[in-house]
Amino acid sequence: MTGAAAAPRRIELKAERDIAAARSAVSRACDELQASALRKVRFVTAVSEIARNALEHGGGGTLEISASRAPRRIAVLCHDNGPGILDIDQAMRDGFTTAGSMGKGLGGARRLVDRFEIRNRPEGGVEVRMSSQV
Amino acid sequence: MADTASVYLVEHVLLVAIPDNITDTEIMSLQEELSTRIVSDGARGVVIDIAALEIVDTFVGRVLAQLSSMARLLAAETFVVGMRPAVAMTLVELGMDLHGSRTALTLSHALRALRSEGLA
Repeated sequence: MTGAAAAPRRIELKAERDIAAARSAVSRACDELQASALRKVRFVTAVSEIARNALEHGGGGTLEISASRAPRRIAVLCHDNGPGILDIDQAMRDGFTTAGSMGKGLGGARRLVDRFEIRNRPEGGVEVRMSSQV
Repeated sequence: MADTASVYLVEHVLLVAIPDNITDTEIMSLQEELSTRIVSDGARGVVIDIAALEIVDTFVGRVLAQLSSMARLLAAETFVVGMRPAVAMTLVELGMDLHGSRTALTLSHALRALRSEGLA
């Protein structure tokens, strides 16, 4: 038998405060999985980047958290309500920014997790899936 | 208002501890408050305690780096103290080195360094 997966959690990203809410929800999920400090910090930092991106560029969105115990793995799915990204490869590159930031956010998030997928959804908005073994 | 950071002046040094749930807007206001207070209080040093921060992402890292550069232009040295080891490792992976700010393990280490330079 594999371990039972914890119930997925869902955070609506509507205001700045929700980025902190997303971070602390993912942090709690990592704690439940007894993640190591470094693995947790790397994953939560990546979540902070994509949540801020969804809010700033996507006009808000939703973050769903899921966890599995065997193997111990945490995953998030984040989608936003924005127009999508014109050139995803360019957006992933460090230093690319449309918002006066450093442009290390998305590329940084990708480096911090085991799996990172980003795409424009056919129905609109950007979707990011990330997961890491913790 | 949530628990935003309070800034204290001790021996010409501005001390501030950043709470974990600080928002982007609040940290931007803190940056503004500190730059104003460096001048109005005649501060020669700024010590920012980030021990409560579970993570430092690129936004917070950028604000800390900018704050340090700004403080230096106003003749004050900035120390970032209390960084957790996992946060340091993650910042390196993000390619952020908080250029311009100095780091110390604790507040007392930072104060000792500032005193030895005659800034506190």
